[in-house]
Amino acid sequence: MKLTKLLMVVVVSATMLFVSCKPKDADIKTAVEKALSADPSMSGTTVDVKDGVVTMGGECKDDACKAGCEKIVAGVKGVKSVVNNCTVAAPPPPPPASLTTVLDAVTQQKVKDGLKDIAGVTVEFVGDKAVLKGEVTQANRMKIMQMLASAKVLSDVTGLTDKK
Amino acid sequence: MALQDKYAELLQTATTLGVANLASTEQEGVLHVSGTANSTADYDALWALYAKIDPNMASGDLMMNIDIKADAGAQLKVTTDSTNLNIRSTPSTEGEIIGKAAHDEVVTLVEKTDDSWWKIKTADGEEGYAFAQYLSPL
Repeated sequence: MKLTKLLMVVVVSATMLFVSCKPKDADIKTAVEKALSADPSMSGTTVDVKDGVVTMGGECKDDACKAGCEKIVAGVKGVKSVVNNCTVAAPPPPPPASLTTVLDAVTQQKVKDGLKDIAGVTVEFVGDKAVLKGEVTQANRMKIMQMLASAKVLSDVTGLTDKK
Repeated sequence: MALQDKYAELLQTATTLGVANLASTEQEGVLHVSGTANSTADYDALWALYAKIDPNMASGDLMMNIDIKADAGAQLKVTTDSTNLNIRSTPSTEGEIIGKAAHDEVVTLVEKTDDSWWKIKTADGEEGYAFAQYLSPL
């Protein structure tokens, strides 16, 4: 009789112990979210847990972020497997190349070459700008501006006057 | 007034015309815009708009680095005022003149060497570098 009771206690406590060893989905979710919150680049992701299987959604910054967050989630206690449905955000277009133009000798030569066939216009290079002076027709003014833009050179054309 | 607002019509038109890789950033009082227009007509339309928004384009507050889509093999028209276009051995005015393309002649693009110099081939088989400013994709 005593032995049966003892056995029952053992069985019950073992069951309880076993159950408490297995984290609930809600706890896993909390743990996963906590693990992900350490990395701000993963802030756009969402987490759903069912029977220990974590389904990830939302948006990751890049491929490395997507792989990284999956690894972090897989390492959380109680996670059986990870379904990674995260999307990767499209990369932003590169900034305009003209932002970083240096007015070096090659660039200056391009401007001079471009002005070669436009009579009556002179150019000086001051700081990061091409300063133009002279008399131009409307058509040539347009040509000069297009040429400067394709050479990515900032300009000061206040000294260009309209040819009458 | 922010430059994005001043040139809003231009940026909107560029988007409508489907300018590829359109990017714009304001830096130190200059709005930098870059992208690739689909045709010479689109390119001309954008420049006309620039001249309309900023009379004489004299404010110096817009860097419109837009080029025109042209792949190797594209037909280019020589758009000099009236003179011949020099074809040179190297992409520079230092390069020896190895051929000439007439005003309004149509040549073939071999490669866009850089923004200013393109390698072209004439119908006669002359191949070399010409100043891109005088070449308009057809």
